[in-house]
Amino acid sequence: MKAIIEQLTQAFGPSGYEREVTDLIRELVKDHVDELRTDVLGNLIAIKHGSSDGKKIMFAAHTDEIGIVVTYIDEDGFLRFSPIGGVGITTLVGNRVRFANGTMGVIYQEGKTEWKELTLDKLYIDIGAATKEEALEKVSIGEFGIFHREFADLGNRLVAKSMDDRIGCAVLVEALRRIEKPKHTLYCVFTTQEEVGLRGARTAAFGLDPDLGIALDVTLTGDTPEARHMAVSLGKGAAIKVKDSSLIAHPRVKDLLVDLCEAGGIPYQMEVLERGGTDAGAIHLTKEGVPSGTISIPTRYVHSPSEMVDLGDVQACVDLVVALAGADLDGVI
Amino acid sequence: MLLARLTQANGAPGQEDEVRDLIRAAIEPHVQIVKTDALGNLLAIKNPDAPGPKVMLAAHMDEVALMVVGIDGDGYLKFRPIGGVDPRVLVAKTVVVGRKKVPGVIGSKPIHLQRPEEREKAFTIREMVIDIGAKNREEAEKLVQLGEIAYFTTEYEELGENRVKAKALDDRVGCALLIRLLQEEVSFPLIAAFTVQEEVGLRGAGVAAYQVEPDLALVLEGTTASDVPGTDDHKQATALGEGPAISVMDRSVIPNPELVQELLALAAEKGIKVQVRRSTAGGTDAGQIQLSRAGVKVAVISVPCRYIHSPAAVMCKDDFEGAYQLVKHYLARLEERAGLS
Repeated sequence: MKAIIEQLTQAFGPSGYEREVTDLIRELVKDHVDELRTDVLGNLIAIKHGSSDGKKIMFAAHTDEIGIVVTYIDEDGFLRFSPIGGVGITTLVGNRVRFANGTMGVIYQEGKTEWKELTLDKLYIDIGAATKEEALEKVSIGEFGIFHREFADLGNRLVAKSMDDRIGCAVLVEALRRIEKPKHTLYCVFTTQEEVGLRGARTAAFGLDPDLGIALDVTLTGDTPEARHMAVSLGKGAAIKVKDSSLIAHPRVKDLLVDLCEAGGIPYQMEVLERGGTDAGAIHLTKEGVPSGTISIPTRYVHSPSEMVDLGDVQACVDLVVALAGADLDGVI
Repeated sequence: MLLARLTQANGAPGQEDEVRDLIRAAIEPHVQIVKTDALGNLLAIKNPDAPGPKVMLAAHMDEVALMVVGIDGDGYLKFRPIGGVDPRVLVAKTVVVGRKKVPGVIGSKPIHLQRPEEREKAFTIREMVIDIGAKNREEAEKLVQLGEIAYFTTEYEELGENRVKAKALDDRVGCALLIRLLQEEVSFPLIAAFTVQEEVGLRGAGVAAYQVEPDLALVLEGTTASDVPGTDDHKQATALGEGPAISVMDRSVIPNPELVQELLALAAEKGIKVQVRRSTAGGTDAGQIQLSRAGVKVAVISVPCRYIHSPAAVMCKDDFEGAYQLVKHYLARLEERAGLS
């Protein structure tokens, strides 16, 4: 599974431009699903049929990652940019940007800027071009880029850019490979544009009209030095969401996930996220409403180029998805 | 001149009637169906039963304005903005208020009465009033009701060689473009949506798109031009005279990448000057249309306007013409494709 996580996290997929990621996932799952399709917003929908008395479960993991868009190129070939999604300014200076065609650039600050006064419009990207013309040969105004960082295998823990949410994608891919014949029909949606407002999940859910919605996404942890209080730690299992800013998990869905973990000996922890949201926030408000919950992968340093996860937690999330695919949903939905 | 009449019409969010009536009269000869929906969106449909892609063009009818929220004992009107209005552009502007079109002026404490520290900062909206010449509350109440709207009185005027000054160019430029485009002959279903309440949160567009169920939508907007003194080059979203702006991302939407590339290529092919919008601030109706039902392919084409959301904006007629040509050629391209299928 490490190889899949490395492949997925190294792929290029800023919000709106997720094609490379969805193409990769298509290859990874094509022999393990009954149907594959792409919708108008670019969501990749992988379908595995269940038994005739089963329900429709929509799983969502988002393929997009935070990044930048080029807004200006000056006479000396330096680029200016706007953020895509929640970009933390403290992660930027000295960081590297990669564009779809492989062009790399360094983010740095204007010379006169004090660290405390740093704002995005005081930063530029240097792609090694000496003039505007040279820069325009490599990138154009309006071009989308991502923060570049190589994958690192630390043993039981892994570090990479865009673990948010390629790790959720990896969990779904792995689960699809393990599930032989699900009880329920699984719509595994590899969604687009989550980081800019849960957009892909919204239109996908409308099109699919599921009975149950489950997002797979990263969550924060409270287990680092001087961390804000949060009862989620790396290595303590799958995190079952109670609430975040986008969703109050449906109580019966949340309880079902807990019961499945208890019954299957899957390590889990409860998660209350004070700020942030997932695709489940969009799914549960679709049409007349969809009972929804979220299985979260605890992740340190979210929205930095070095997001860290624990393999044991990832495995627990896969086990939980597999268990849910065959679960008895009578009385739940 | 259509754009002149459109910008002179008044239409705060939720009160677009005057604009809607004007547009309805202008388009009726060119479409088979015209209807107004529950929110007030005006939907005009050509070829409702034809096969082929269902194409939606959208522009919003509403403009930013001021609402009367209080009348004080001396007959002054207190007001609040509807939509994004910078209070600093309001001082000493003339307005008309309410259904009776009562003339007024936005008043504030004159400079010789301001304390030194007051002179250092701009007035907030709470420190301004609309003066309609009433002597007291009773007299004011005879002319104006709470909740009525005050509009800027700016006259449409042509400036210089090919520029225009007017209020409400955002988004009457889009409305004017749509009206002109509806005169094009196409064989596929073409729906023009003149939407309401964009300035307070893209409210009409989502409801319009839900009904129309388009395969593809182009949103025509007026957008901010920042080629004005004191703005660093890298902070200019668009510039006047550089052609219509095509958006790659704003707060509300990431337009369909293939459609954006197609429009840029078409512009190059037809020799139409265009610019990519160089800012991700702001939002448009495209944000709601894209997310309608199971999703819609969208793009945004905007006419750059300086001093947008103020009593007087300035645009370049060449940019307006460029936007018209680009969409016209795009519709022709769709027509070719529909013919082939």
